[in-house]
Amino acid sequence: MQFWIIQGLNSLSLGGLLFLLSSGFSLIFGLMRLANLTHGAFFMLGTYFAAIAMRSYDGLNIWVTALGAGIAVAAIGGLFERLVLARLRTNPLGQVLVTLGMSFIISDACLMLWGGDSIPVPTPQNLQAPTRLYGFVFPTYRLVLVGCAITAAIVLYVLLERTRLGAMIRAGVDDAQMARAVGIPVSRLFTMVFCLGAGIAGAGGVLGGPILSAYPGLDADMLPLALIVVILGGIGSLLGAFIGSFIIGLIYTFGTALFPELAYIILFLPMIFVIAFRPQGLFGRVGA
Amino acid sequence: MTMSRRQFVGGVAGAGIASIAAPNPVHGQAGEPIRIGLLAAKTGPLASGGIDMDLALTMFLKERENTLGGRKVELIVADTAGVPTTARTKAQELVEKNNVHCIIGPLAAFEALAIADYLTEKQMPTLGVAAAEDMTQRHPSPWFVRLTSTSAQCAYPLAEYSAKELKYKKIVTIADDFAYGHEMCAGFQRAFEDNGGKVIQKIFTPLATPDYGSYVAQVKSADAIFLGTAGSNGFRFLRQFIEYGLKDRMAVIGGMTALDESVLRNMGDEALGVLTTSWYSAELDNPLNKNFASAFRKQFKYDPGYYAASTYVSGEVLEAALKAVNGNVDDKKALMTAIRSSDAQTVRGLVKFDEFGNVIGNVYIRKVAKIDGRLVNSVIKTYPDVTQFWTYDKTAFLQNPVYSRDYPPAKNLEP
Repeated sequence: MQFWIIQGLNSLSLGGLLFLLSSGFSLIFGLMRLANLTHGAFFMLGTYFAAIAMRSYDGLNIWVTALGAGIAVAAIGGLFERLVLARLRTNPLGQVLVTLGMSFIISDACLMLWGGDSIPVPTPQNLQAPTRLYGFVFPTYRLVLVGCAITAAIVLYVLLERTRLGAMIRAGVDDAQMARAVGIPVSRLFTMVFCLGAGIAGAGGVLGGPILSAYPGLDADMLPLALIVVILGGIGSLLGAFIGSFIIGLIYTFGTALFPELAYIILFLPMIFVIAFRPQGLFGRVGA
Repeated sequence: MTMSRRQFVGGVAGAGIASIAAPNPVHGQAGEPIRIGLLAAKTGPLASGGIDMDLALTMFLKERENTLGGRKVELIVADTAGVPTTARTKAQELVEKNNVHCIIGPLAAFEALAIADYLTEKQMPTLGVAAAEDMTQRHPSPWFVRLTSTSAQCAYPLAEYSAKELKYKKIVTIADDFAYGHEMCAGFQRAFEDNGGKVIQKIFTPLATPDYGSYVAQVKSADAIFLGTAGSNGFRFLRQFIEYGLKDRMAVIGGMTALDESVLRNMGDEALGVLTTSWYSAELDNPLNKNFASAFRKQFKYDPGYYAASTYVSGEVLEAALKAVNGNVDDKKALMTAIRSSDAQTVRGLVKFDEFGNVIGNVYIRKVAKIDGRLVNSVIKTYPDVTQFWTYDKTAFLQNPVYSRDYPPAKNLEP
């Protein structure tokens, strides 16, 4: 019984982390039809920002750090989109290659700046003690992380479904040409969404930091997870990213606990099935 | 093409005479520097260790004013990026373009294996760092020595120590899911169980494991957990292990890379009290190491660990051999013989090699302690002259299959 409860909570916390990682990826893909392979690197940038900032300034608040890193990474993302991706709008393959190149550049830059050691991101002081409930012990921070993901999901939902900006983004996702024809500034929208997606990844990187630590290769570890979540959940769908994150969290956690040798098979098998039988994903608006 | 026997014999003889008559202009000139090639991963995920290897070897040569055995030395560093194919290309470059006289490195077993055959074929004296067991067991090369440790060599003493002195009965092992982790855990299990203990669970995690939570939560109740990890993975696992409140319930012990100095320098007090085993510690109390560790710390602001020490010891072994051959590196066979009959005092203690080219040297049990505000691996016990075969019979050892995930079989796993 304890096994199921602890691993259940583990699934939830991993799902929360995955949502923070993949919601931005899904947004960008949905609107721009661009598999942004820099996404893992954006996430890693956030983690490194947190690791370095919190090492340099003792007692720095993680929420403030997340906000700061989110804005910083959003700015980097925005520049990248304006200066590079915007020029390649008609060349989707070129765009994907450029984002891949950019991810290599970022990861090598991180290595040059901060070295090859892994650097911990401290767990907030007041969340360090494990939560003890009915004899179960579970890290408090992981529970808080689930809360973060749910909050982020609600904020994004309101933004997309209840604001003018959200309506324009949804219009762009459904039919970019038609949206442009009715006067929506799709190009500017692209930049905004790219900033938003990158910013969420950066902030997510900070929040995931206490679990993951900053280390070279973090980007490459995270990117496939974002891909799986988004393909499973459905591209461009916030609900899809949300449900997909928790499904993958569940599969990954119980998979590695019950069949540790098959960790990767268990993780990728559902994705293959989904691509084969339901290419638009569980909640997708557009085909993969 | 056909070739008569006479032509063939004549050709070979001719080549021999030619090489006597006109020695290769690149080699063999007195006053020409000795060229040492270092293969180290200076970019990519293994960069931390690779950079330390470079720093320490450069420091070693500088201390000797770039002169070994009476001859000037030139160091050529090649970045393998931690990729086997790159390691292969760089090795070839060092041998054929830079005409190096010997090679030190590389760091990772998969890199070392990728170039092993090539270096043997080129008869290139190589001082290895990587731990893959079979490189000095079932597939040794006359041109290769290893002065660090096999994967399991340092695990045996800790296994014995755990069973005999710490009286542990049950242990869980966790390691990365590749040969290094398999071999180390296998060796640990063998020695621990031969001393009456039981390994009740063996966990292997993929090299890229984003979240260790689900692995931590399945750790069975035991006296201790043995970390067979390398690099950042052990460190990340340990943090989660503590967050789940498990460190209060069982002890943590680790292999030679689990809490290396390069890992410790980024850890906090949570590491205090963890026991690990290695052939080196920055805290080793011998005059050579006192000089080395304090000079390294002064220059780079952190303690040298496994990787820094590996190339520094390589330098020391090489220096002793070069003295023995009076700096004559062109007779590669004599150089290799001198290396292999090493009796060098180094920062890790005395280094000798067995007939397979693997080091026979001290292994230290170390405990994480805090000295002058920084975490160090303080030595609590020394196992002198440990060989790669531990207490086992060499012939029987070599007749067994190489250590793996499933060998020797774990008979005491709890369901």
